[in-house]
Amino acid sequence: MPTKIEKDHVTGTETTGHEWDGIKELNTPLPRWWLLVFYATIAFAVLWMILFPSLPIRGATGLTGWIAREAVVGEMQAHQARLEPMMARLRATTPGEIAADPELRAFALAGGRAAFANTCAGCHGAGGQGAPGGFPSLADDDWIWGGSLEAIRTTILHGVRNTEDERARQSQMPRFLADGLLSAAQVNDVAEYVLSLSGRAGDQAAAARGAAIYAENCASCHGERGEGNRELGAPRLSDQVWLYGGDKASVVRSIAFSRGGVMPAWQGRLDPAVINMLTVYVHALGGGE
Amino acid sequence: MHIGGTAALAAGRRTAPRAAEHYVEGPIRAFAIATVFWGVVGFLMGVVIASQLAWPLLNLDLEWTTFGRLRPVHTSAVIFAFGGNALLGTSLYVVQRTCRARLYGGEDMGWFLFWGYQFFIVMAALGYVLGITQSKEYAEPEWYADLWLTVVWVAYLVAFGGTILRREEPHIYVANWFYLAFIVTIAMLHIGNNLALPVSLGHAKSYGAASGVQDAMIQWWYGHNAVGFFLTAGFLGMMYYFIPKQAERPIYSYRLSIVHFWTLIFLYIWAGPHHLHYTALPDWAQTLGMVFSVMLWMPSWGGMINGLMTLSGAWDKLRTDPGLRFSVVAVGFYGMSTFEGPVMSIRAVNALSHYTDWTIGHVHSGAMGWVGFITFGALYYLVPKLWGKRGLWSRRLVEWHFWIATLGIVLYITAMWVSGIMQGLMWRAYDELGFLQYSFVETVAAMHPYYVIRALGGVLYLTGALLMAYNLWRTATSEALDEGEEEARPAPAAPAPAIAAAPAAG
Repeated sequence: MPTKIEKDHVTGTETTGHEWDGIKELNTPLPRWWLLVFYATIAFAVLWMILFPSLPIRGATGLTGWIAREAVVGEMQAHQARLEPMMARLRATTPGEIAADPELRAFALAGGRAAFANTCAGCHGAGGQGAPGGFPSLADDDWIWGGSLEAIRTTILHGVRNTEDERARQSQMPRFLADGLLSAAQVNDVAEYVLSLSGRAGDQAAAARGAAIYAENCASCHGERGEGNRELGAPRLSDQVWLYGGDKASVVRSIAFSRGGVMPAWQGRLDPAVINMLTVYVHALGGGE
Repeated sequence: MHIGGTAALAAGRRTAPRAAEHYVEGPIRAFAIATVFWGVVGFLMGVVIASQLAWPLLNLDLEWTTFGRLRPVHTSAVIFAFGGNALLGTSLYVVQRTCRARLYGGEDMGWFLFWGYQFFIVMAALGYVLGITQSKEYAEPEWYADLWLTVVWVAYLVAFGGTILRREEPHIYVANWFYLAFIVTIAMLHIGNNLALPVSLGHAKSYGAASGVQDAMIQWWYGHNAVGFFLTAGFLGMMYYFIPKQAERPIYSYRLSIVHFWTLIFLYIWAGPHHLHYTALPDWAQTLGMVFSVMLWMPSWGGMINGLMTLSGAWDKLRTDPGLRFSVVAVGFYGMSTFEGPVMSIRAVNALSHYTDWTIGHVHSGAMGWVGFITFGALYYLVPKLWGKRGLWSRRLVEWHFWIATLGIVLYITAMWVSGIMQGLMWRAYDELGFLQYSFVETVAAMHPYYVIRALGGVLYLTGALLMAYNLWRTATSEALDEGEEEARPAPAAPAPAIAAAPAAG
């Protein structure tokens, strides 16, 4: 149709002779470098398709024989093989022996740190500092179920108050108000008494009234002076470390409705060597006994 | 105030069109307004969710305002509402003028497309906030919204195709090839990826026809071509009209436009599997996705070359026309993103980049740099035209918009590069004994400063868009800029005509 080919004075190139709403086009040839690089990418593509699987045919893996799944499995096996000699030693050793052997201990602390970060930190915090709401700190010396290597290992293996492991650590505090064991006034008094154990009672008269209630209802587990009992997982009440908050309202709530956390059993989920590494690592966080 | 830098009026030499008033313009003005409105909404939502990543408290503990629900509001508002309105509006503007034909279906068709599309956007966004979603990225709307969009889209194809069929030009202009490829392919992708069976006609929930890895493959065939045909082909159509108009120069190479059009169309459609490297997708499909992505490099750059080289002889206009500067920098970002994309599709690179912020940075250099800037450039050209003004209300504000937005993009994408590569390296770091060096949460903590920078980048980009909205509003409402008063002002120095008749050769 109406082709009016013109010469563009800026570039010296001719137009194609078409025009749309005032827009014209130059008849510039394809840039040579553009074409060459395009051909190069096509050549690369063909080469890559020869080297790697590119056909929907079973067994057509390309010249390299590379298969993604096998490559991943191979990498993981190589990694396992590298760790295995030490892991085998860790499985065959008790945490006490690991802690005493500098080489094993260094390895266990490194592996325990990685395992802790991916397995335990979600509840116990990245540094084992614990979290409000019943996630105990593992970095202090206030242990609920014991802080020896053996006690820590038992807790990790079987967990706490779960239903999946029959050797899980079990204990259940009564719900003193909810189940009608104590009146609201009595709960108030015994809470004041509990606070007095760490020298924080606000109402001395109430605390005095609470002493008898405590002796009758609480002392059997938490101890006469609130020193706690690790056999029963009954926390110490005479210090400043509180699992569910140490203000009066929190203490009242704990007595009235009871509280208790659940921890899963890691036996069967983690390699025994990893459990040993975690034991040594947690023990070394600061409060190991 | 001065005459805006756009070449609007000097564009001159319109080849005897039918009288401009015969073109459908009312709905296009509405599309321009909607583009600005949804742009501001989309960028604002981006700032909100970027801030939520940096400060999780901002999730507000309400189900409707959590990151998971607002993120699709952001992506859909930017891609489909901002980008979609820009594409619909400009395509209807461009196709009428380059075909010298009134829109097929006339004003009524234009208004149906406008309200039909806005209705889809609002339905989709309401669904996201209320938790109604197909859980397919960029295809979240449920079946009822999908069906409605299909109706609107078919009408769009009829209107666009009908206008081309009744054209008074012998040839179809390259911008229209790209717009048409965008319309046809998006129809195919939309239907293909949304084949689903509703639980019942009265229920919003549906179940997709495909499952497992087939579903994943169809989703990323859709997802990558939403990038390829919505965010690339459509906006290349925009580039092919507005850059030569603003620069008042001919397109650099007709042959390049043919070759890069067909290679782009042919190669893009196969590139989707690169989103599924190292997954259950069979190896052969992953390989094909990768090599097709690598081959896409030059076809993409063909568009960049044609966009940039069209300025030869008119580079000085970048100093005087900040609208054109947006368009040209957009093409620069396009070139950068379309180089980065093939690199990231290479399996070994993808092993590091995938699932990290690097991907987010890549998307944003494309969306903010290319899609956003080419649209801003088009709006600065289009709004004075559509409202019959001599130019923009303030060129200085355009300058401010340009620099603030550019700084925003630079902050955003550099933060995401650093954060993404750091994240990828931290995930794969082992200590000397062979244990993972970092836990996941440590990588999140390390990314916090970059999340803050990213949010700041978003704030800058949003600020620029607000300046634009104000400037365009003042342009459209300022009587002092009315075209009729043109004679009263000193005429701009006429540039020497760059094209002179040459002896017709064959």
